[in-house]
Amino acid sequence: MSANLIGLLIEATLQTLYMVSVSAVLGTVFGLPLGVFLATSQRGELLSAPLVNKALGLVVNAARSVPFIILVVAIIPFTRALVGTSIGTDAAIVPLTIAATPFIARLVENAIREVDAGLIEAARAMGATPLQIIRKVLLREALPGIALGLTLAVVSLIGYSAMVGAVGGEGLGDLGIRYGYQRFMPDVMLAVVVILIVLVQIVQSAGEWIAARVDRRAPRNRGH
Amino acid sequence: MTGATISFEGVGKSYAGGGKGQVTALSDVTLSVAPGEICGIIGRSGAGKSTLLRMVNGLERPSTGTVTVGGRDVGRARGAALRAIRRDVGMIFQHFNLLSSRTVHGNIALPLEIAGLPSAEIGPRVRDLIARVGLEAQAERYPAELSGGQKQRVGIARALATRPKVLLSDEATSALDPETTRTVLELLRDINRDLGLTILLITHEMAVVRDIASHMAVIDQGRIVEAGATYDIFVTPRHPTTRSFLSGVTGITLPGFIAGRMTEARPHGPAEEIVRITFAGAHATDPMLARMTAERGIAVNILAGAIEEIGPRPFGNLLVAIDAARGPEARDYLNRHGLSTEVLGYVG
Repeated sequence: MSANLIGLLIEATLQTLYMVSVSAVLGTVFGLPLGVFLATSQRGELLSAPLVNKALGLVVNAARSVPFIILVVAIIPFTRALVGTSIGTDAAIVPLTIAATPFIARLVENAIREVDAGLIEAARAMGATPLQIIRKVLLREALPGIALGLTLAVVSLIGYSAMVGAVGGEGLGDLGIRYGYQRFMPDVMLAVVVILIVLVQIVQSAGEWIAARVDRRAPRNRGH
Repeated sequence: MTGATISFEGVGKSYAGGGKGQVTALSDVTLSVAPGEICGIIGRSGAGKSTLLRMVNGLERPSTGTVTVGGRDVGRARGAALRAIRRDVGMIFQHFNLLSSRTVHGNIALPLEIAGLPSAEIGPRVRDLIARVGLEAQAERYPAELSGGQKQRVGIARALATRPKVLLSDEATSALDPETTRTVLELLRDINRDLGLTILLITHEMAVVRDIASHMAVIDQGRIVEAGATYDIFVTPRHPTTRSFLSGVTGITLPGFIAGRMTEARPHGPAEEIVRITFAGAHATDPMLARMTAERGIAVNILAGAIEEIGPRPFGNLLVAIDAARGPEARDYLNRHGLSTEVLGYVG
């Protein structure tokens, strides 16, 4: 493989990392509060707002039902209005964020629903406000689950980011299609796949390590 | 710090049941707990005791009637006013409800953080509380690393953090073994004595009430069926539910071969009367039965018996068989000497 191609691989990897990390951060910024709200706003819950809960739930489900590749194409006018272009990494971040947000919201919702209802009751009995309960009890107790959920979301984003390559999004997927497939260079294709596998492995291991670090639900060997 | 009065007046609670109309959890409960008193509410699961307890800190609202703590109406308090009441009412739970992500220290600090205490004040106060419940060595441990008894000690320290006037205990010892239960109850008694706070506890174990509560109430199907001083209720229980709870704790039951043959009506021909004799206070140690046999020549066959203490006062329970022909005379004799009797049945 020529130095030129290696340069391309490095560039594509950095583009993928850029797209994935920015859309993961934005997806979390939007998805985390949305997930918290979904988990706490059914009838009789902390932020009881059953109608808003149902409406948002429908929107989230609808967004998650649209196949990603169709989402990318369907929102091109919106993407263009937002970043001025519909091709390139910045443009790819828009559909990636839109796909990640409801996904992350559901993962966060599930993690928060796992928290023992007794803890909410204890906090209410202490005179905590709903926001205090969310901040000090729910988010902290759900942190291991949220960390694993975000890991899953980032891994999915790596896969999605390869798909936006097909519509001019750049990154590893784009490289794999243009060089590996269209120019019939199987070594490039293989290199792209290997890099993706390594990326996913690193993300998965790091996520699990973080989740284990913050999880105090089981006794830990203290090495006395 | 002194305790506050808890008072229930005509309290009822009903829920919209699933398709079956209204489900009544409590009806017409009137009960008052004096400042500094330990009051135990005993009832079977589903009797409504948990609902009753949760009304004291507004986790449940009464459908009818009034619940007040220190004169403040809990049922009608909302928002900040309700949260202020809750800071005056600590609560401990059967399953402890500790945050798994916080250490012992962190768990006890939580209510203080919620109350907005400056962090410079939180540290020293938490250390005092940890010392009070004897967990100095475990301060930086996480709940998963503690035993059940230690977890409940954390729960108690946490409940005391905001210096409440009332402590609510929701089956706090039901998940603990008997030895741990004893030490946790001792801790609660010490706290009651040292801090003077009012303790309202619910339990399904009569032994818990006997060991700690000066006053008690028995709840059955959403109604208080009996309430008063624990000693009086133990010595002279009136309601069948109370009696059935007591038969579990006084440790005396009829031997099976007699219980199986016992009838409610007196059979024809010779029969024996099965009588429960309860003797309280000073009489508990008098040899009254021996005296009756000597003076009246009435033979008494002792089937089971025990002497117990509630607080410092002893009381005894005996199950005896007496010739049914002499039964009324024997009971009259015993009643005149300060013992109470109850005919349980007859054996032919």
